[in-house]
Amino acid sequence: MGTALIALVLLAVTGAALGVIIGLAGKFFAVKTDPRIEQVTEMLPGANCGGCGRAGCADFAKALCAGEAAPAACPASSPEAVEQIAAFLGISAGGGEKKVAVVLCGGDKTHAGQAAHYNGVSDCVSASLIGGGAKGCTFGCLGLASCVRACPFNAIELVNGLAIVHNEICTGCGNCVDKCPRKLIKLVPKTSEVHVYCSSPEKGPTKKKVCSAACIGCRKCAKNAEEGQVEMQGFLARVNYNNPPSAGLVEATGCPTGCLRTPEEHYRQETATQEVA
Amino acid sequence: MEEVQKKKFTGGIHPKDNKELSSGSAIQNAPLFEKYHVILCQHIGAPPKLVVKTGDTVKKGQMIAEPGGFVSAPVHSPTSGTIGKIFDVPGPSGVNQEAVEIIADGQDEWGSGLDPIPDWQNTAPEVLKERIAKAGIVGMGGAAFPTHVKLSPPPAKKIDTLILNGAECEPYLTADHRLMLERPEAILEGASIMARVLGIKNVYIGIESNKPDAIAGLNAKSEPYKVNVVTLKVRYPQGGEKQLIYAVTGRKVPQGMLPMDAGCVVQNVGTAAAIYDAVTQGRPLVERVTTVTGEPVVNPGNWLVRIGTPIADVIRLAGGVSRTPGKVILGGPMMGFAQKSLEVPVMKNTSGILLLDQVDTVQFTSQPCIRCGKCIDNCPMDLLCGTISCFIENEKFDKAEELHVMDCLECGACAYDCPAHRPLVQHVRRAKAEIRARKAKQNPK
Repeated sequence: MGTALIALVLLAVTGAALGVIIGLAGKFFAVKTDPRIEQVTEMLPGANCGGCGRAGCADFAKALCAGEAAPAACPASSPEAVEQIAAFLGISAGGGEKKVAVVLCGGDKTHAGQAAHYNGVSDCVSASLIGGGAKGCTFGCLGLASCVRACPFNAIELVNGLAIVHNEICTGCGNCVDKCPRKLIKLVPKTSEVHVYCSSPEKGPTKKKVCSAACIGCRKCAKNAEEGQVEMQGFLARVNYNNPPSAGLVEATGCPTGCLRTPEEHYRQETATQEVA
Repeated sequence: MEEVQKKKFTGGIHPKDNKELSSGSAIQNAPLFEKYHVILCQHIGAPPKLVVKTGDTVKKGQMIAEPGGFVSAPVHSPTSGTIGKIFDVPGPSGVNQEAVEIIADGQDEWGSGLDPIPDWQNTAPEVLKERIAKAGIVGMGGAAFPTHVKLSPPPAKKIDTLILNGAECEPYLTADHRLMLERPEAILEGASIMARVLGIKNVYIGIESNKPDAIAGLNAKSEPYKVNVVTLKVRYPQGGEKQLIYAVTGRKVPQGMLPMDAGCVVQNVGTAAAIYDAVTQGRPLVERVTTVTGEPVVNPGNWLVRIGTPIADVIRLAGGVSRTPGKVILGGPMMGFAQKSLEVPVMKNTSGILLLDQVDTVQFTSQPCIRCGKCIDNCPMDLLCGTISCFIENEKFDKAEELHVMDCLECGACAYDCPAHRPLVQHVRRAKAEIRARKAKQNPK
């Protein structure tokens, strides 16, 4: 009985002593942190997409509290969430245009053929290192979903061998842009209504041989648009995103290959061809 | 002077070599075709600049593109005729490349503007090196690195050994074998010219023991040239630069370094013969020996073809195919590049055109690594291939770099034996591309 009592007392005394030391250490070595950081982190989407240019949401929250960044720099937050953070911190939300990603290629499995049979690693960079990729068009989407895997918001879908960005989900964080070995993904203003879904700089007949949905450089859209809205880069029409044309251009032009489209029409058409295929 | 190899590299494999298909057939001269498509950038380094325009008349061997820098090489016309269009043709890498069309006039008249230097023994090394550069000679074994650059080591590096690579360890290929049999003097004299340029005495030529006739032939002629013929064990990749240096000299190239850091320069035997032609005959590099082989080919053999001949024409020379092939490969089956177009022209580094049967190109699906370690046993560079490939699959490129993925020579010995059919080399290529891209981003020039 006596032995057990000694053990209990000893344990209690040691515990109390250690507790006092920890308590004192906590007081003397305390690191001052801004309590708001944690709260702001809670308000951020928590996707850690890196679209703001910081290492993650917590790092961005730190920058916000230190006054080094504006809440609107977070591409993934909704305008309401941005306002809420700005009000909480008592700073201005900051401006800037909302951007979305767009994959500028319309060469799906139905329209663009394969030049070779590819059975390697299912990754676009790997595929492009073997003979420049198996697709007939050496500029088109390889359809191996590297961008799909890179998207932290599941905004990119593979439809009929073609990556398509869902505008309503895309936050414009830009994670996908560098993943595309063919540099087809561009960040454009969310307000832009039409795109030329082709990125091949080759001559019209050369493109036609490998893809029936390519821009053949007929200049119809450039003629129908207002001055400066659509620019010709050699044999490729390019929408000027600083002065974007309206959706009406699609009808006015009647693009012979249909590569001038609105994003909604693009998704509708591709889903339709996938069902046929 | 016959010698045996000093060391044996670890790892390696023994694929069936299938060289008997074409090793018995002597080198034949390809006839003159009507048109040639000469790709301008035939080497590693700066792309050359075009110096002719459509409608110009050229002689055989006349320069049509001048070097675009020091690490670059000129390109010459493979025959006399007129310059046709300047356009893009499919290149061996699968990407379209700028090429010059040359319409032959049938005369095939030389006019290189380079005088023969028969008395090269008493010519300054600088003059010889300049000739090698002007003749557009690049590494003909596969890498196509400009030869004059390899022969200009920085003064800080002490070079004492020149090794000619006659291993030809790739299955199927016999172009180097035939060249060693039929033009031993050209190879040996070319080697002596290179030794004079480098100012060294030790010259070796490494040949795998499955080519006894070539070894005997070179041995018989090597005495006056003071070249040592080294018999190497048959083992793939014996012809890898670092493996060859280890086998011949017993020296190891330090990790991440070049052969010159081990005091060696390695050149292909074809390059040596081309140097002989350039110096003693004044002929730039406009043709090379290439093997056309594979089971579907009617008459496999070796041809002396001009640079710029579309591979479809070369396959026709070999009688075409008896059945539909599964794959057309430029180079050997281990390290060659599968092609998607037959319009690809022969390049300075096209050592072979290989057609594989459909049954030999069965497609596998990659399975998870079972950690058997066969790839590690096979790796001639002692890398942890399986672990590296798992890291790469999960996009952990920094981890792969820590395991020295950049040292991989992409010989494919790992994937050859993998029971899980993992595409290890493809993984490595991706990692190398990603790591290089990351480095370029970190230190933009």
